[in-house]
Amino acid sequence: MSVLETSVGLALADPSAVRAVEATGTSALAWLLIALPLLGAALLLIGGRATDSFGPLLATLLSWGSFVVGALIVLQLSGLAEDERAMSVPLWDWVTAGDLSVHAGLLIDPLSMAFVLLITFVGSLIHVYSLGYMEHDPDKRRFFAYLNLFVAAMLILVLADSYLLLFVGWEGVGLASYLLIGFWNHNPAYASAANKAFVVNRIGDFALIIAMAYMLATFGGLDFATVHGSAGSASTTILTIIGLLLLLGACGKSAQFPLQSWLGDAMAGPTPVSALIHAATMVTAGVYLVVRSQAIFDLTPEARLAVAVVGAITLLYGAIVGCAKDDIKKALAASTMSQIGYMMLAAGLGPIGYAFAIFHLITHGFFKAGMFLGAGSVMHGMADRVDMRRFGGLSGMMKITWLTFMAGWLAILGVPPFAGFWSKDKIIESAFVDQGNGAWQAWVFGLVALIGAGITAFYMSRLFFMTFHGKARWEDDVDPHESPLTMTVPMIVLAVGSVALGFILSWRGTFASWLEPVTGHVEHHEPVLSVPVIMGLTLVLVIIGGAIAWLRYGRDEVPVVAPVGSFATRAARQDLFQDEFNENFLRRPGASLVAGLEVADDDVIDGGLVGGTSRGLAGVADVVRRAQNGFVRTYALTMLAGIVAILGAVWVIQ
Amino acid sequence: MSDVPWLSILLAVPALGALALVLMPRGFARAREFALGVSLLTLVLAVLAALQFTVGSGGELQLTEVYSWIPQFGVSFALGVDGIALSMILLSVILVPVCLVAAWNDVPADGTRRLQGYVAWMLLLEAMMIGVFAATDVFLFYVFFEAMLVPVYFLIGQYGGPDRARAATKFLLYSLLGGLIMLVAVIALYAEGPGGTDGFLLANLTGLEIGGVTEKLLFLGFFIAFAIKAPMFPVHTWLPHAATEARPATAVLLVGVLDKVGTFGMLRFCLQMFPEASRWATPVVLVLAVVSIIYGALLAIGQKDMMRLIAFTSISHFGFIVMGIFAMTTVSQTGSTLYMVNHGFTTAALFLVAGMLVARRGSRLIADYGGWQRVTPLIAGTLLLSGLSALSLPGLNAFVSEFMVIVGTFQRYPVFAIVGATGVILAALYILLWYQKIATGPKPEEVAARTHDMSVREKFVIAPLIAAFLVLGFYPKPVLDLLEPAVTTTLQHVGVTDPAPTISAEGSEG
Repeated sequence: MSVLETSVGLALADPSAVRAVEATGTSALAWLLIALPLLGAALLLIGGRATDSFGPLLATLLSWGSFVVGALIVLQLSGLAEDERAMSVPLWDWVTAGDLSVHAGLLIDPLSMAFVLLITFVGSLIHVYSLGYMEHDPDKRRFFAYLNLFVAAMLILVLADSYLLLFVGWEGVGLASYLLIGFWNHNPAYASAANKAFVVNRIGDFALIIAMAYMLATFGGLDFATVHGSAGSASTTILTIIGLLLLLGACGKSAQFPLQSWLGDAMAGPTPVSALIHAATMVTAGVYLVVRSQAIFDLTPEARLAVAVVGAITLLYGAIVGCAKDDIKKALAASTMSQIGYMMLAAGLGPIGYAFAIFHLITHGFFKAGMFLGAGSVMHGMADRVDMRRFGGLSGMMKITWLTFMAGWLAILGVPPFAGFWSKDKIIESAFVDQGNGAWQAWVFGLVALIGAGITAFYMSRLFFMTFHGKARWEDDVDPHESPLTMTVPMIVLAVGSVALGFILSWRGTFASWLEPVTGHVEHHEPVLSVPVIMGLTLVLVIIGGAIAWLRYGRDEVPVVAPVGSFATRAARQDLFQDEFNENFLRRPGASLVAGLEVADDDVIDGGLVGGTSRGLAGVADVVRRAQNGFVRTYALTMLAGIVAILGAVWVIQ
Repeated sequence: MSDVPWLSILLAVPALGALALVLMPRGFARAREFALGVSLLTLVLAVLAALQFTVGSGGELQLTEVYSWIPQFGVSFALGVDGIALSMILLSVILVPVCLVAAWNDVPADGTRRLQGYVAWMLLLEAMMIGVFAATDVFLFYVFFEAMLVPVYFLIGQYGGPDRARAATKFLLYSLLGGLIMLVAVIALYAEGPGGTDGFLLANLTGLEIGGVTEKLLFLGFFIAFAIKAPMFPVHTWLPHAATEARPATAVLLVGVLDKVGTFGMLRFCLQMFPEASRWATPVVLVLAVVSIIYGALLAIGQKDMMRLIAFTSISHFGFIVMGIFAMTTVSQTGSTLYMVNHGFTTAALFLVAGMLVARRGSRLIADYGGWQRVTPLIAGTLLLSGLSALSLPGLNAFVSEFMVIVGTFQRYPVFAIVGATGVILAALYILLWYQKIATGPKPEEVAARTHDMSVREKFVIAPLIAAFLVLGFYPKPVLDLLEPAVTTTLQHVGVTDPAPTISAEGSEG
């Protein structure tokens, strides 16, 4: 076996799963992380209306309980030496037959615990927010059951120690997402949106299943320890195929090009759901999958390049679409796509980018969730309107919402010292690093990331100014008001994170060194442009983007009906024609195929080929029936004929 | 304890129950209770029998009984089970009481013999199902295989929907055609064997090494009968018709259990008795299996009648089962046999929940529904849960088996596995579009006012099925332990071994 060459100098420890020892202490109770919210979901769904009164509160408490367990485990981990921060929690013997042997178990390491804290903390805040937001919904209990189900599934996804168990969480969050997008499915459009999300995700899931088939055929196992531990002995072709399949799976869940079309429609779900699932946590699962599978991606530059390209395309795609959306939630959804594009780009850069991808994922989780909750608060005060052309001048009416939203806005713009500055700038810098695959890659990825930052500044500022500043363009029946404390307190907490989290986690490289046992220690690489130049350029572009937005949407009057706009504007407004493409090239041909097959099944198969034979038999039977008067007799006759035949045969043989 | 003839008892109890019901006076008021009691007794006996079964002792037949029956023709009354047969028998005896409760109000107790006949046929069918899975004499198997048709014919033809006569006839014709072809093969096979007074015993007909054209023809004789029964493309068209016209409870037994005789037969008879011909036929069978997967799924997407829709999903699922059987790896075949169990529970839930909807709305047409999540939330919820099981959501039963079939097939035939796996995407479409049309949308106020949600009886019907979804989804190990040794034995008979993982194969070379 030749030693595989990689383009990057690796300083990786063994993958976590390989070195993991059986958990002791608090970590041995890691199963509680999943069990608590799962119990909540089960109680609320099975208990039915009997739990209506206390169900939502119970669900919220259980989610916080899960956070406490997670925090205790992190405390225990931080007390250990760096290379001991990987523990396994075996659960039960799940599937064993032939070569396939999967034991369900959890893997606790710095990467999974970073996700656990994000999921349970932001998730629990959103539970609290929902207590206010969903207060008057008759199906509130069901909503909280689904939220708990989501948290449990998401925790299975990040804690699993095998691809198969990860897949349980992977489709589990897909189910929760489906249920919550369609929560108000008495509106047919919302029900369709839920279906679309599930079906598009299934395309990615199909790729994951095939990836697992390749893993089993190649490595003889599906657990991280086996796959990651022996990735080095597989051929590069196989690793590239597996990498590309994992990427396709990630594209489905993370709404990356070409499987991005479902995310905009997913905004049909109640706003807390958009914040939790379709911004902060679930849609980042694709980034988790890539980073978790680094043992594979490290060895296949081709698949890594594909990840980076997908990230780069999506970050521009989302940013362009975001510029033209008037629906506040859809604009935020486009921005989510774009930001995850940044994370994918970073993950595609390999070892120099993994930690930054996760870092941006965490800060994004805070500031984007904060802005979504802010959008929910605006909708709450504006009679559930979402058209920003009918907002404007809300800064005075909703002071807390305005201020917390401002924190998120500055964070996503990457204005120092807000959270996004620390994480996004690192990704832009890394994109500019020439890793020896040709300088053109560094320039292309770097410039895309840089330009993306400028466009982000434009569309997020557009959103901010259209909503909170300028002239009030409200419809007559709305009475803007600030939301109750259950909603504003979570927003404030997330705003604090949007302001300070980047700085805190960057302080003396806290977060990078926390992740180091997983992502490896990487020597600093010089970008093709010097770091201060990149930072300066980014800041200039951000200011230009923000300034244009101010001139057009803050200072000038915003028309309440969208102008027709240029072709580019119309294209962006329609998500660059993604739905038209799907409709004309997938759905319609598919529907014709199904209709054609239906006719064929009746006429050709049943009527002609096979049916002909059976009708021929029926003809014979008809004759017999006329003679014998009844089918049972025909049947008896056949049996008799059969027995005669046997007798004859036996006689002949003897 | 081993001298207790467990399987004969299991066979006799429901058969005698059916007989007793026929002998009871006309209009016997407690016919349903009596039948349910008999089926529960059978269930208890089956569990006791299963406890006698030693899991760890390889794949050979256990609980065997052999009695000479028609020695002149070499026919014995021989019973015995391996893990696969036992799991199918357990599936049958669990589903029959569930179906009896589900069918409680299908036929009114009007003082005639109609109700007695209905439940008696169900009990007789149960006996036949036990017999067909337990038979270890090829001729005895054939007798049960054909005799099974009688109760089903009457259950559809006398108690079914408006077009029942035509559906029952079509079912009978297809089955008879398959049966006749098989009969010829059965007789010819005897001629190849050692003959004598027990010449039809499976043990005497395995490992014959017939070879050549004869083996291929014999294989085809059995395979065509099993393909019709399973049913596979292109001999599937009887199933949607029969499943639509049958009562939901009958459809469950027909599709959930009886059709498994087809795939069971492929494993037990085709592969074990004709290994060479099986390997010869594999490419064609795999193509038909993959076509069944995709064809069934695409047609399911387009169906307007929900019973037909469920029938087509089954055709798709049977495609997976056959693909796993003929891919001939331990993982794929164990997956297929587990799929046979899982599909029984999943299809049962789909048919019975659909039946609950039909009983309320009086229509099988999907277009007649809409907004039912707000009319009957519990029924809609169980419909979704059953649907999620059918689309193989991880955590529910069918996922483990479908996944095993795909990755197991991939070990030997990656292209078939990948093409077949697209069924996973299509399954999401046919289930979710169906659910969307039934359950979502505005609440139909006028219907809602006169429709009640799930009754206590219906909860008893659905609860065991949901329990099976969860247990088999998260802890399939006991069943896998039961199935794997039998699969290993089968593969030994065929003479194939599992492909080794590529890296260890390379490692041993270098």
